[in-house]
Amino acid sequence: MKFIPASYIARNLWVRRVTTLLTAGGMALVVYVFATVLMMSEGIRATLVATGQPDNVIALRKGAGAEINSAVERAQAAILESLPGIATDAAGRPLISKEPVVLNNLPKRGSGKPSNVTVRGTTERGLQLRPQVQMVEGRMFRPGTSEIITGRAIARGFQGAGLGETLRFAGRDWTVVGVFDAGRTGFDSEIWGDAEQMLQAFRRNAFSSVVFRLADASQFEAIKAALEADPRMTVELKPETQFYAEQSEALAKFISILGTALSVIFSIGAIVGAMITMFAAVASRVGEIGTLRALGFRRGAVLLAFLGESLLLSLVGGLLGLAAASLMQTVNISTTNFQTFSELAFQFKLTPTIAWQTIAFALFMGLVGGFIPAWGAARLKIVDCLRAA
Amino acid sequence: MRCNRWAADMFIFKLLLKNAFRHKLRTALTLFGLVVALAAFGLLRTIVGAWYAGVEGSSSTRLVTRSAISLTFPLPLNYAQRIKGVDGVAAISWSNWFGGVYITERNFFPQFAVEPVSYLALYPEYRLTADERLAFLRDRQGAIVGRKLADKFGWKVGDQIPLRGTIYPGTWTFNLRGIWDGAEAKTDESQLLFHWDYLNESIRKRFGNRADYVGVYIVGINEPQNAALISQRLDAEFKNSRAETLTETESAFQLSFVSMSEAILVAIEAVSYIIVVIIMAVMANTMTMTARERLAEYATLKALGFAPSFVVKLLFGESLLIALLGGLAGLALTLPLAAAFGSAAGTLFPAFHVTPLTMALQLLAALIVGAVAAAWPAWKMSRIDIVQGLRHVA
Repeated sequence: MKFIPASYIARNLWVRRVTTLLTAGGMALVVYVFATVLMMSEGIRATLVATGQPDNVIALRKGAGAEINSAVERAQAAILESLPGIATDAAGRPLISKEPVVLNNLPKRGSGKPSNVTVRGTTERGLQLRPQVQMVEGRMFRPGTSEIITGRAIARGFQGAGLGETLRFAGRDWTVVGVFDAGRTGFDSEIWGDAEQMLQAFRRNAFSSVVFRLADASQFEAIKAALEADPRMTVELKPETQFYAEQSEALAKFISILGTALSVIFSIGAIVGAMITMFAAVASRVGEIGTLRALGFRRGAVLLAFLGESLLLSLVGGLLGLAAASLMQTVNISTTNFQTFSELAFQFKLTPTIAWQTIAFALFMGLVGGFIPAWGAARLKIVDCLRAA
Repeated sequence: MRCNRWAADMFIFKLLLKNAFRHKLRTALTLFGLVVALAAFGLLRTIVGAWYAGVEGSSSTRLVTRSAISLTFPLPLNYAQRIKGVDGVAAISWSNWFGGVYITERNFFPQFAVEPVSYLALYPEYRLTADERLAFLRDRQGAIVGRKLADKFGWKVGDQIPLRGTIYPGTWTFNLRGIWDGAEAKTDESQLLFHWDYLNESIRKRFGNRADYVGVYIVGINEPQNAALISQRLDAEFKNSRAETLTETESAFQLSFVSMSEAILVAIEAVSYIIVVIIMAVMANTMTMTARERLAEYATLKALGFAPSFVVKLLFGESLLIALLGGLAGLALTLPLAAAFGSAAGTLFPAFHVTPLTMALQLLAALIVGAVAAAWPAWKMSRIDIVQGLRHVA
């Protein structure tokens, strides 16, 4: 079978520039929404998954699910500390950090609206356990003082959280002596201070979680089984990566379901647009179709030509939409993760998978919108066509 | 003369109608797109509105007192007496967020341990029959739920409801003693309430030191106009104490939850306008094509002596007619769609209703779409050269 040349298809779109642009523009908007939503949900997931370190283990009270619900008594924390198989640092101290984690309601910069910020009490060891955390301004807090360091997103987004400023909570004034960058992880949305000082200020006598690193990650199952069999312990152990991945689940899923539902509804509008354009393209070229058929092109070739035109149209729309969406990668946003009830800053993230999904979605719209008109064009009788011309 | 005028108007209207449906398939497709887009627009706005339902359902005669640090910090029980003594306070009750899981995490709904007598007195909009109320008060392990929640899980009075605690460990079983109906459509019917004493005693037995703490105090006042003053007095009472408080009106308290997910709300709102732009592009495309095909006709009209403004009127009229039809159909579709969505979302939103403002905005959006879509072709058509137009073959 002889095919109708591709240049014929492309030129037809160029001839009707305004129509092509409007149709592709409509599609581009749908594609933009589709891609942005996927990027948002991916951004949240990536942020939280990257928060966990592969060989770190987190201990929480059984069934707590999140750090703020959890309580690990000092006695239990001591048992965890004496576990065999915990990695040590250069000075031979075990890499374990017992941390109180609380939510603090602080006003945002600009709007003054309060939002919950995670405040974590930690130690020098806590910093070692999280190599992705780097001080970018100022210095680390001194143990035993009311000094705190803040994550980049917090320092930028909340009143009194910048370097040299003071925050008042739990009946004390806390001085911000440093700002850290946690490499786009969940820690960017946290405030860190000395663990014992935090316990005192918040009048707690139990830690929220205990984080430690295993010398040999393959020992995890054995240690977990041993601890769960210990009647003194009411804790549950999880690899840190898994723990943080679970924290992102609800919000990421919510956004992707909402976004997909929206995209499907929107795509109806764009498909209708493509259909109108293609029907008009067919109707105005009845004579041409007849000529092509008379020249010996088969019905299949005509069908493919019009389908190709529609697909090309949607590809233009898809690429425009994707280009617009990729600009979103520079935008920082933050929202409350309703699983942990605390503020989480993240970025839109475009992955190759999302790019492919987006283009496939655009082509699908073109295919559905273009098929019926193309089918109609292919079914026209030569005689009728030529007579109409 | 007036009669003639009327006849002329009727004639134009007929012409518009005929023109609009000359390309039946194209118009039908455009209408379909319009209906879907406007229904989606209405639905999205309703979803955003539903988020704020908790705020609208709150009363101006209730204040909420919580720990100044954040909601996750409890307040001592003995504050109740001190709050009662503050000038302007008429009633007091308290509640603890329970955070239990019913079978799986997917079945999320709010549960509160409350001091039953005073709580129900502060929330008269939760309507229980006298028998149910009494049965609930008498049973320490009793619980009451809103109608919507009961319908979602098919609970009947007398059922046992097991909840797995995330904040308070263990499995807790409650006997369903009553189902309340909201006094108004905006009243929350998606919660479960049970006895605070039951929770507190279990905590005392198991943890000792965690007992006698309250999540938030709900303070009833008689003079809503003095809410700010009373809030200040309350917080001053506990200034520099072990647990400082923060008091705000119930609506401000609810609003603080909404504003936490503001980023998502803003996104949904933005998206609801994007869909209007999408359909504008589709509609503009239809009108451009229509105008191009009728180039020769418009040239003829002009040649016959009709003013350019007549052609403009024809195009705008046709576009607005289609948009209005689509808008009305979209509006008609929104109501059943919202009802279906509301029942599917169940307890996620306490209340789910399409407001008159949303409906007005839908129609307005339709008219704007119609007007914008006709603008470019109308401008172009009013300026065509008659000779060129007549020569043009569509």
